[in-house]
Amino acid sequence: MPTCSIDLGQTWLRRLGYSRTHFTPALAEMARQTGAQLRLLALFGLTLGVCAIALVVGPVQVSLGDVLLVFRGRADPTVYTIVMSLRVPRIALAASVGAGLAVSGAVFQALLRNPLAEPYVLGVSSGAAVGAVAAMVLGLTATSILALPVAAFLGAVLAIVLVLAMSGTAGRGLDTRVLLLSGVVIGAFFNATVLLIINFADADTFRAAMLWIMGSFAGASRESAFTLLLYVGPALLLLMVVARPLNLLSVGEQSAFHLGVDVWRLKIFLYVVTSLIVGACVAGAGAIGFVGLVVPHALRLIGGSDHRWLLPGCAMAGAAFMVGADAIARTVVAPAELPVGVVTALIGVPVFLWLLRTRDGLA
Amino acid sequence: MTCQFELKGVTYSYPGADRNALHRVDLSVGSGSLHALLGPNGSGKSTLLQVMLGEARASSGHVSFRGRPIVEWKRREIATQVAFVPQSEPLAFPLKVRELVEMGRYPHIGTLGRAGPDDRRAVEEAMEVAGVASFAARPITTLSGGELQRTRIARALAQKPLTLVLDEPTAALDLHFEMETFELMRRLTVDQSLTIVVATHNLNLAARYASHVLLLAEGRVEAAGSPQDVFTKDTLERVYRWPIAVLPHPGPGHDAGVPQVVPLTPPRGVA
Repeated sequence: MPTCSIDLGQTWLRRLGYSRTHFTPALAEMARQTGAQLRLLALFGLTLGVCAIALVVGPVQVSLGDVLLVFRGRADPTVYTIVMSLRVPRIALAASVGAGLAVSGAVFQALLRNPLAEPYVLGVSSGAAVGAVAAMVLGLTATSILALPVAAFLGAVLAIVLVLAMSGTAGRGLDTRVLLLSGVVIGAFFNATVLLIINFADADTFRAAMLWIMGSFAGASRESAFTLLLYVGPALLLLMVVARPLNLLSVGEQSAFHLGVDVWRLKIFLYVVTSLIVGACVAGAGAIGFVGLVVPHALRLIGGSDHRWLLPGCAMAGAAFMVGADAIARTVVAPAELPVGVVTALIGVPVFLWLLRTRDGLA
Repeated sequence: MTCQFELKGVTYSYPGADRNALHRVDLSVGSGSLHALLGPNGSGKSTLLQVMLGEARASSGHVSFRGRPIVEWKRREIATQVAFVPQSEPLAFPLKVRELVEMGRYPHIGTLGRAGPDDRRAVEEAMEVAGVASFAARPITTLSGGELQRTRIARALAQKPLTLVLDEPTAALDLHFEMETFELMRRLTVDQSLTIVVATHNLNLAARYASHVLLLAEGRVEAAGSPQDVFTKDTLERVYRWPIAVLPHPGPGHDAGVPQVVPLTPPRGVA
């Protein structure tokens, strides 16, 4: 227990004649930072472990030894293709999407001061899906590789504007009931819109577009994984830079304002960056729900709500969660595949309900 | 004596409202004293604090802090000199008491800085003074009303402000914590020569602890000055629309003789 070691240190220092006010805080701070670093290191290990497992499981079993041979360039060509062209891009895509969605969830929760907020629950993912599908059906995706993520971003922004307008951000905290209802209703509307749009598409587009509703990494390629990493990586770093003002925002906009935070600018920045992330993730793999809910919640239980630990933690744990969920999705009904969104929802919905219950009803 | 806050002819109206929330309010807050802001519900106390602190912009009139217009202050710069304890804030996440108090160092550290020994000392001192050091590791979601209020005051003190502004800090507290809070405010003004502005509904404690009071009614200054000047039967009965008696505090101690307000049972038909 950290408190125990702090107490020991304190007594020890007092015996040496040091005053408490000068040394205990420094020690406590050190203990806390070390704790956070150890937790992050453990999460990093976990992520690597999950990725290693995801590399070997699948319709074709590949041993870890084979994988090592692939990385050394001395593997059998079939195994090489399976690992390098199928599994590595897929894992990289899943990890980026998981990290992006988990961190966006944590940021939405701080922005709205509500631990139930999450891109999918708020309807933001569905908004991004409308943008992505619209771009596909209109044939914009052929014009530029930027078209898909940009269209998804615009859809995400539209959804956020609608949800906030509906639940009335004016004044203080948002009412949970109104916020969730707005998200559900707007999400349903956007899902219907996606189905409407893809009715006008040809059969190929139709099949591809269905993926946006269910969420899947089946379409992963080196290019798609790399493009997403290019979007999500820098965006995640940008969010981590503002972790400290985000802490202040999570206890209230008025308090944050009087502590010197430029609340308006910070909020705009956060909404834009999270919309970019959600847009890119949905463009890459579809609307996958509940990652942004389950992962931040678990990490808050483990290490508290300080965003300087929570955001990097969510990036790693989100990656591990999504890679794991995808490994389950492509093995349980092999050789067929489940949409990964089915797996995350089966895990996420019970967590959501449990959270709802423990938060004094809906207050 | 330098003026901390100076308001001249400040008028403010909410968008779409037909009546001014504040109408030609003058206020000057001198250093090292405790100012109480009084008035019935909806009289404009919170609005006045918002305009004074730059959260809302006056429709007309002039607001300045230490001789400089409030709008010219950078948010972080003014937050190193003025701390504000809002009436309430959402408790969405179970932050530790210490984590909440450390937020008071943000204006000094900034977004990317690292907390140094000065910051740690300020946090520790603030927790000591506000009496929250003993439960520094507890999540704020498990605190009682009094403990939470002291934690929020500790966060404000960690800012090391020259001026502390509180909006109804004792609204939900029992007698013990209310007295403790006012005693703490007195100690801060006397020992650390802090300037304090407090909006409150407790007339009797305001009369005992404040050196200056401002009585607002419907956005206008009804009376201002020392408690003795402001606490007259006529003024208070008019503002609060209730029959009262003003009696001297029986003592003992330095409170003896301070005007205290006793609400009376109205004659039949008035209520």
